[in-house]
Amino acid sequence: MRLNINGETKDNISASTLKELLEELGIIPGRVAVEVNAAIVKRAEYDIFRLKDGDVLEIVNFVGGGSKTVMRNE
Amino acid sequence: MEDKLVIQGIEFKSRLWVGTGKYKDFEETARAIEASGADVVTVAVRRVNITDRKSENLLDFVDPKKYKILPNTAGCYTVEDALRYSRLAREAGVSDMIKLEVIGDEKTLFPDVIGLLEATGILAKEGFIVFPYTNDDPIMAKRLADAGAAAVMPLAAPIGSGLGIRNPYNLKIILETINLPVIVDAGVGTASDVAIAMELGCDAVLLNTAIAGAKDPIAMAEAMKYGVLAGRLAFRAGRIPRKLYATASSPIEGML
Repeated sequence: MRLNINGETKDNISASTLKELLEELGIIPGRVAVEVNAAIVKRAEYDIFRLKDGDVLEIVNFVGGGSKTVMRNE
Repeated sequence: MEDKLVIQGIEFKSRLWVGTGKYKDFEETARAIEASGADVVTVAVRRVNITDRKSENLLDFVDPKKYKILPNTAGCYTVEDALRYSRLAREAGVSDMIKLEVIGDEKTLFPDVIGLLEATGILAKEGFIVFPYTNDDPIMAKRLADAGAAAVMPLAAPIGSGLGIRNPYNLKIILETINLPVIVDAGVGTASDVAIAMELGCDAVLLNTAIAGAKDPIAMAEAMKYGVLAGRLAFRAGRIPRKLYATASSPIEGML
């Protein structure tokens, strides 16, 4: 399966659910938020949320930044 | 007497709130926050690095059990983006609080207050505890309060400028205009700036660059802690009025 994750195309994804994908990527679910095709997926639904070919994902977490961070919308 | 800052039922242990940007590394970030005595720590929401999974995580150094994590929407220039980042931040699961920034211009980083007001109203209705970063404009502060903000965060000066409290009179008017906590956000340069904000009666100060950009961030963090404490104490103590002429402190009686 091919997915677009954080702006990068990833081929050969074997995970079928979001929970499996996070495991595959080595991401701890407790500290991230995930959008699939611009809609937030609730953490409680990661294990039942089925991914499909061509899905566009955004996986975000918290980084250093105060009242100074300047970054255009990625 | 107890002098705790309480906002929407949340009790804050310190009136100094700090950011986490611009530090050399996470280790320095953690040490500076510790030295500042801050209770609230702001963080930004960004993409996870999916190619380098070994990269360290900020929250390994800034423990959410020890500090109140305040996600921000830094870098958002539209209402749509600010809402999107806010909702993602809440889903990441540390807090319903959001430091709402809708930036209007890259050079000044001044807020787009029209967008800010709209986003504040929407997020407050969704149950967020909204802390909008705004201009030192009393009328806008009133509008934000009416829209459901939990507090207002007027700037002292442009973000990262270190110019200090440029308009103490407007801050004073904001304090008298609204019945919400006022937290000075952005623009302070050193401990005396922070003390001035607190002496005016502001409820807290949020800063980042003034500590992170100092030659010795850890020492400046500590200075800021005392600046906040001194300013708050002086405010509560009630300063003497300013007078043009001298008033002798020693008695005339008994002089030769």
